[in-house]
Amino acid sequence: MSEPMKIRATLKGDTVDLRVLMLHPMETGQRKNSRGDIVPLHFIQSVVITHNGKTVLDAQWSQAVARNPFLGLRIKGAKAGDKISVTWVDNKGDKRTDEATVAAAS
Amino acid sequence: MNSIRRTFLKLAGSAGALAVLGTAGLLRTAGAWAATWNKAGFESKALADAMKNLGATNAAESRDISITAPDIAENGAVVPIAVLSRIPNTQQISIIAEKNPFPLAATFEVANGGEGYVSTRIKMGQTSDVWAVVKADGKFFTAKKEVKITVGGCG
Repeated sequence: MSEPMKIRATLKGDTVDLRVLMLHPMETGQRKNSRGDIVPLHFIQSVVITHNGKTVLDAQWSQAVARNPFLGLRIKGAKAGDKISVTWVDNKGDKRTDEATVAAAS
Repeated sequence: MNSIRRTFLKLAGSAGALAVLGTAGLLRTAGAWAATWNKAGFESKALADAMKNLGATNAAESRDISITAPDIAENGAVVPIAVLSRIPNTQQISIIAEKNPFPLAATFEVANGGEGYVSTRIKMGQTSDVWAVVKADGKFFTAKKEVKITVGGCG
């Protein structure tokens, strides 16, 4: 159904530079398909990111976020090996969770 | 009467009932999410309404918020926007594209070490100001930047 997210978490000092790429159509409900029918609204409504189990970001989105959404974030007070988990839920109730570990600075 | 067929029908019937229960459960979960989702804010059609539904009616302009966005975006379907808030205790960052059909694009709540920085990509229908609304210590601050759009990304 939904494709896995791409998550990159790199450490810079004690701050994680987190980049997440989700794969989702993010339909606005305004676009028409080739037959002239309106493509129904289908977008990610909520994104929750946790760092070692604690919520660091709770986002609410509208259909105005671009297709295959990108999300960049910085988290303070982290170290290599910390667990990052990203969950999204769309307006049809579909959800997906992916996890990543913080990589040491190279 | 074919007893195997009867059994099958009975089983199919109960499976159907289970499916209905499952759907009801899913609907309820979706409803719970919608409750936390700022429906009024996201359905506002004007900048002032969107601000009001965020609770940010008396927002002050602030120089401690920087918006990183292109001056000219060729493709309105993908406009990279980054917001950095240097205001202490930043709790929430919202991104508003003023002339979109529904201006409020996204709200981010940060906590537990999440810094006052988010970057994402939004769709924009036409050239317009992009507003960042930051909530810190219960107070609201704003900043804006104009982004020119060559081809709109709403259709």
